[in-house]
Amino acid sequence: MQIALVIGDVVATVKAPELEGHKLLVLQPIAPDRENAGRTLVAVDAVGAGVGEHVFFVRGKEASFPFLPAAPPVDACIVGIVDRWDLEA
Amino acid sequence: MILAKIVGTVVATRKDERLVSSKLLVARPIDPSGKAEGNYLVAVDTVDAGVGETVLIVSGSSARMAAGLKDCPVDAAVVGIIDQIDVKS
Repeated sequence: MQIALVIGDVVATVKAPELEGHKLLVLQPIAPDRENAGRTLVAVDAVGAGVGEHVFFVRGKEASFPFLPAAPPVDACIVGIVDRWDLEA
Repeated sequence: MILAKIVGTVVATRKDERLVSSKLLVARPIDPSGKAEGNYLVAVDTVDAGVGETVLIVSGSSARMAAGLKDCPVDAAVVGIIDQIDVKS
């Protein structure tokens, strides 16, 4: 899993039927120092996250597991909203 | 998932039999502002996308969960046509 900042949302009318009803958000992965870490991506939301929040997300086939027994074609899914993180100096 | 712009199509007469009648598209990944980034890729179309459209592409084993791609040898599928991307600056 990786930490990211939700920076936007995506609207798609024509999409795979299994994606109906799922919120699509644009994520910017970040490092613990809040610097950008890698390319932006689109993830589905399983926890009710919104723009401006820090979240953690899972990549790969596991991204569809929150929606079991449905198996939507997704490869990135937000599975938690981060309240805070602490690093040992 | 990634955002991409469809820039072309691929025609292949000889291919794996499970790919017969699949539409293959050449896509260029973009960032939310529309700037091209990364390498071109070939994706199977599941939503009737066309050249010039901005689409949502699912990669890896999750691509096989898109409609009609069960057990197909694919690692990228177009699963949505993007109407709008809102990014908080």
